[in-house]
Amino acid sequence: MSRSPNPVFLERASYRQRRLRDAARLIPFVGIVLWTIPLLWPRDVPQAPSSGDAVIYIFGVWVFLIAVTAIVSRYLRLDDPATDAGDDG
Amino acid sequence: MLSFNILVFVALSYVAFLFAVAFVAERRAARGHVGWLQSPMIYTLSLSIYCTAWTFYGAVGYAARSGLEFATIYLGPTLVMVGWWWILRRLVRIGRSQRITSIADLVSSRFGKSTQLGVIVTIISMVAATPYIALQLQSVTLSFSVFAKTSGQEWQAADVNATALWVAIGLAVFTVLFGTRNLDANERHHGIVMAIAVEAVVKLIALLAVGAFVVWGIAGGPAQMLARIDASPIPLWDQSGGRWVTLIFLSAAAFLCLPRMFQVLVVENANERHLGVASWAFPFYLFLMSLFVVPIAVVGLDLLPAGSNPDLFVLTVPLSQGREGLAMLSFLGGFSSATSMVIVATIALATMVSNHIVVPLWLNLQPDQEAVMSGDVRQVILLSRRLSIAAVLALGFLYYRISGGGTALAAIGLVSFTGAVQILPAMLGGIFWRGATGLGAAMGLMTGLVVWVWTLFLPSIGVDAVIPQSVMQTGPWGIAALRPQALFGITGLDPVVHGVMWSMLLNGAMFIAGSLLSFPSPLERLQGAQFVNIFEHSAAAPTWTTGSAKAEDLLIMAQRIMGSAEAQEVFLREATQQGKSGYLPDVTPEFIERLERELSGSVGAATSHAMIGQLTGGSGVSVEDLIAVADEAAQILEYSNRLEAKSDEQERTARALRVANEKLTALSIQKDAFLSQISHELRTPMTSIRSFSEILRDGEMTGDEQSRYARIIHDEAIRLTRLLDDLLDLSVLENGQVVLHQQTGQLCDLLDRAIGAAGLHDSALVVSRKPEAEALTLTSDLDRLVQVFINLIANAQKYCDADHPHLKIVVRTKGRECQIDFIDNGSGIAPENQQLIFEKFSRVTDQSKAGGAGLGLAICREIMHRLGGKISYLPGQSGAAFRVNLPLSETATALA
Repeated sequence: MSRSPNPVFLERASYRQRRLRDAARLIPFVGIVLWTIPLLWPRDVPQAPSSGDAVIYIFGVWVFLIAVTAIVSRYLRLDDPATDAGDDG
Repeated sequence: MLSFNILVFVALSYVAFLFAVAFVAERRAARGHVGWLQSPMIYTLSLSIYCTAWTFYGAVGYAARSGLEFATIYLGPTLVMVGWWWILRRLVRIGRSQRITSIADLVSSRFGKSTQLGVIVTIISMVAATPYIALQLQSVTLSFSVFAKTSGQEWQAADVNATALWVAIGLAVFTVLFGTRNLDANERHHGIVMAIAVEAVVKLIALLAVGAFVVWGIAGGPAQMLARIDASPIPLWDQSGGRWVTLIFLSAAAFLCLPRMFQVLVVENANERHLGVASWAFPFYLFLMSLFVVPIAVVGLDLLPAGSNPDLFVLTVPLSQGREGLAMLSFLGGFSSATSMVIVATIALATMVSNHIVVPLWLNLQPDQEAVMSGDVRQVILLSRRLSIAAVLALGFLYYRISGGGTALAAIGLVSFTGAVQILPAMLGGIFWRGATGLGAAMGLMTGLVVWVWTLFLPSIGVDAVIPQSVMQTGPWGIAALRPQALFGITGLDPVVHGVMWSMLLNGAMFIAGSLLSFPSPLERLQGAQFVNIFEHSAAAPTWTTGSAKAEDLLIMAQRIMGSAEAQEVFLREATQQGKSGYLPDVTPEFIERLERELSGSVGAATSHAMIGQLTGGSGVSVEDLIAVADEAAQILEYSNRLEAKSDEQERTARALRVANEKLTALSIQKDAFLSQISHELRTPMTSIRSFSEILRDGEMTGDEQSRYARIIHDEAIRLTRLLDDLLDLSVLENGQVVLHQQTGQLCDLLDRAIGAAGLHDSALVVSRKPEAEALTLTSDLDRLVQVFINLIANAQKYCDADHPHLKIVVRTKGRECQIDFIDNGSGIAPENQQLIFEKFSRVTDQSKAGGAGLGLAICREIMHRLGGKISYLPGQSGAAFRVNLPLSETATALA
């Protein structure tokens, strides 16, 4: 019934894992922000981005997210004994 | 020219090929060769059923109509996948540990294995999937008609409908053959998964091939392509923020809630690690699928005559360029997209229908016990699944016929998505919020369903098809606030944004309100805790409290559901674990719970719970049981604390006993030594007395000699007497028979007396004192006190082994007592002997030097005890040191 308290400070490897998880949690929000930015682009003015620019931007963000996720997932360990609780460290 | 018959032949061969793939995979899995069947790549490819014919054909049409908005449908799932650590990881873990078979099972299981919720979610999923199935039928039919047209036949409506019907029947047969061949314990279908992985590759290659042809073959390279895009009349980036954000949300939510996506994401997941790979690989797949959509749309609009259906550009652009092989590949890609989606979607829906509607109904129709004991549950389940598959496809066909197949593909898809998404609040609330209750979930789901049907589903079937035009304009019974596309009088919203917004808002609000206001059942709370705290491995309370069922009955039932081999395996494992031989383990609550979980892998949590309930007499868990479990744990904790305290106490006692034992052993050895010594002490004077008295008796000596011998006899007699006196003294003191004579005197006088009496005049011992500190008035039995001092001084004289022996007497007043320390400069007493010196008969140094019998310090201790003080050895001084503590009377303190 009593949960064993999680350690407050961690060694380097576990600390890295925790930060990787933070990164993994953050990625979708980065994606949301980057993909809503084009809504703020100016329209109907001469210097407005062209259709091609919009295509390149949207697909560029896509590639960026895929690359970051691939790197983070590559190093993220699922079997870490520490659970979700108390993810600070 | 590509003949239509060749096309049909190719399509049939392709289906036969898929059959072969699925069959081989199934065979391998049956033999246990699941190795690469369960690789992360197969898992990722199986997710590609998200890209249906809607993607394959519809995305290009969507892009031709609304520009980049088509991408939102793929951006949403990308966000969900890259954010897998949030939701998917949790869902997969729950799915595995609770043996979830479908999304309806997830919701039902979370909210207390509720049959009603399972039914609601199943109905929502069925209704929402219907337009989507229709969409697939439509796209396959359209693609056939395109080829028919190029081969010179102009199809009539009847031909189109007949084709759609044949496609529906063909799909139903394929799905029944592969999706319901057996009742899998885990509801996993290796053959199907393998087949859709192959189809995923085919459709990706087909779309990439058409795209590459368009970019390099027609436009002349990426740079020219970009120029064409810029010059194109399509308003590629003309987004309203509301639609852009709504559609990203909608597709992300649908990715989680669509029954077929749940099936491949969670149910077919063999290993959590696959999620990590799919988290980037699947977005990459989506990226590739979307990459050439805009170029194909732009080029299609340029090349083909105005009025061509943009939904078919993927086929018509290669055909218009005379690339029949490419068009054939493209056709197969579209065919793959449609078939893989329909197969998985119908399997998922059929599982839900049979587990949550048919089997519970069938169980209810049977009399108690009969149902699980005599009926052939497996046949019922399989039959109901097959019928469900046929029913789902029939509904899709019906929708296709009623809607006339006229609406743009994308619009139908969005309506379907919005329906599926109504499950989102209950699902997310269920896995993140322990306070979510079944009543809240039911209220939210019903509200969402009603709002969705009214605002999107019914209007989507067609103008005047279900809802008359007048109602659309003025609302039912003239209530303007209830107009399907302008709820609460808010007009001007895009219909999809309007429908998504209102359905999600009202759904979520009812879910939260219902949850806050209701009280969950015990089973619900139990499941809620297990779902929300899935990563904490908390010990679960047993779901069943008493097992009135017999093991044999349970085995019979399990065999009927899981098949005899699997059921016997489960029972045998359990029995072995319990240390019993044979197939019948003891029916413990834990076993019943495990069995229920195994069964739920076949028939869903609610049905499995109901079946077990029938056998065990429905003795499920109650609030009291939950509390009892908590109490029990608390009691165990308290008990173990008490045990710990007790064992601490015992440890202390044992330590004390050990010390006492050591002391006793040493004392016993000492006593033995003393006995031999005292007999020696007594014998020595007795021997000299006897021998000298014999000499005296014999006479013949001078007077001098006579008096010398007589003195020796006398001295020895005195020594004997002193020894006996000491023994007597000690025994008197110990028995408490001593009478104390209270006197008052100065400490310095007492010390003078003691030093004088100790006979220091002929020894080398130097005594140093501080007379000013000794000016203390004492009231006590002074004679006894002096006796102690004499003993200590005499000891110093006897035992101090320094070259220039020196005794320091330090007097200190501390509170109400005075301390008198006797410190010499000898080698002191070894630590192991410090405990013993105050014991009777103890003598540390070797006896030859000692004049006494080792009773001095024992007598001192007894005297000090009688006087209310104490004497102790003071370690850590330069030599042997003794401290005498003596209480001072009130007046004495004042005087000092």
